[in-house]
Amino acid sequence: MLAPRCEGAVADPAIVRHGQAAAGHWAEVTRVVQRGSLVVALPRDRAELARFARRTSGHTAVPDVSALEPDLTGPHRALFMADEAHLDPREALGDLVRALAARGVTVTRDTVTPDAVLGPVIDARGMAAGLAGLRGVRGEMLVLRARDIRLSRPVRLLHPRHPLYVVPRADGVFMLGATQIESADWRGISARAVLELLGAAYALDPRFAEAEVLETGADLRPAFADNVPRVVVRGRVLHLNGLFRHGYLMAPALALQAVAYLTNGIKGDLVHAD
Amino acid sequence: MREFYGVALATPLMLGTAQYPAPSVLEAAFRQSQASVATVSLRREAGAGQAFWDIIRGLGVHVLPNTAGCHSAREAITTARMAREVFETNWIKLEVIGHADTLQPDPFGLLAATEALAADGFEVFPYTTEDQVLAGRLLDAGARVLMPWGAPIGSGLGLNNRYGLRTLRAAFPDVPMVIDAGLGLPSHAADAMELGFDAVLLNTAVAQAGDPVAMARAFAMAAQAGALAHAADPMEPREMAAPSTPVLGQAWL
Repeated sequence: MLAPRCEGAVADPAIVRHGQAAAGHWAEVTRVVQRGSLVVALPRDRAELARFARRTSGHTAVPDVSALEPDLTGPHRALFMADEAHLDPREALGDLVRALAARGVTVTRDTVTPDAVLGPVIDARGMAAGLAGLRGVRGEMLVLRARDIRLSRPVRLLHPRHPLYVVPRADGVFMLGATQIESADWRGISARAVLELLGAAYALDPRFAEAEVLETGADLRPAFADNVPRVVVRGRVLHLNGLFRHGYLMAPALALQAVAYLTNGIKGDLVHAD
Repeated sequence: MREFYGVALATPLMLGTAQYPAPSVLEAAFRQSQASVATVSLRREAGAGQAFWDIIRGLGVHVLPNTAGCHSAREAITTARMAREVFETNWIKLEVIGHADTLQPDPFGLLAATEALAADGFEVFPYTTEDQVLAGRLLDAGARVLMPWGAPIGSGLGLNNRYGLRTLRAAFPDVPMVIDAGLGLPSHAADAMELGFDAVLLNTAVAQAGDPVAMARAFAMAAQAGALAHAADPMEPREMAAPSTPVLGQAWL
């Protein structure tokens, strides 16, 4: 998801500010769907929606959700963030590699540490970089196929206990995310996460009960204490890290600041040099 | 302030460590509020990896591990034992949840777990209701501190049963008691302290405020104001108006 306004409900203002440009940058290399995002709450949780509205900007209230998403027929209350977008991360990564290749960049797959490389190094290995101050925040997600459900944009369900987002992909595939737990537990998805994510999805649309579970995922999001990504300069090594839950949203801004630092010595607000 | 298992706390505020937008905000909230105790959940947070635990330890406050999310005495006892190893403290905030929707304590499981853990050398802080009979049984089982709820966890409703809480306070005048859960506003914290409770414990009201740091400070000020007011022996409400300035002899024009 490229949803800086939604993330602004809890994230640092830097995420909202830098994230605005992400969709434009990604559109240069991959398919970006510009259909906004929808934030919904069940009637019992209307206070959650009011709070979300107070803490975000650029939204409009949606009196009739089914006018935007005909498949959402429940008694939802909703906000619409018209200028947000989404992409398929795996497709985007493949397109990015192809775009680099077209510009003459060679991509090599190998196991290597920065010490073994000559010249300037950009290290974007996440947790594996072992940077001081970096912690892992566990996240879990599911990928489902539900051919009879059609959504044209990401939908966030606000809930006091089990918030959820559903991102539509091609061929009736949906990504359901995501838990966020302050733990560096690296095991597979927990039964509790499966129950909570599916329970929330079922509340959004009961037809998700019949969906085919294609994939589960659990991993650590690398994050610094303020959950804002950084370019950490250590001699000739530039660490691009701490993207937390904002990988695709913040990668363009972080990359641009790394380039500005490498080429002109400009220290942007995300650059932390000694 | 009454002591908690021999520990005198510098301030009557205990803060939870979950749900903050970022650890940097959590740290700032603790600094601003000068909270004296941090509660931490073993099952969901800090269970693996040192990073989050290091952040909590870096706060420089007493750590009170909890058994949040446990639905049976057995589960809570196991979690408490793991917490003792991880956090190196005998303190345990004992939560045995009896109802999934209201998250209210299971009094029977709570009593059984309190008994087992107290016998095992734990210093138990049982999260309980305002029920006076249960409170007495928990004390009999070995608890030396009680943590009655204000209202269901995360509801922000304040003190749901002031009469019950006032009665509980009066029934056990020597027992340190913390109002735990359900506080939404600083005025709720002041209310609890004015009733004579020794501390308040909260999480959601601070962590999910638009500005958690400012809200933490507001709660700290309110808790201290309430404690000061209680110590100052407040007046009792009365039905007869009593002018603060005598009216007798005033010029009648």
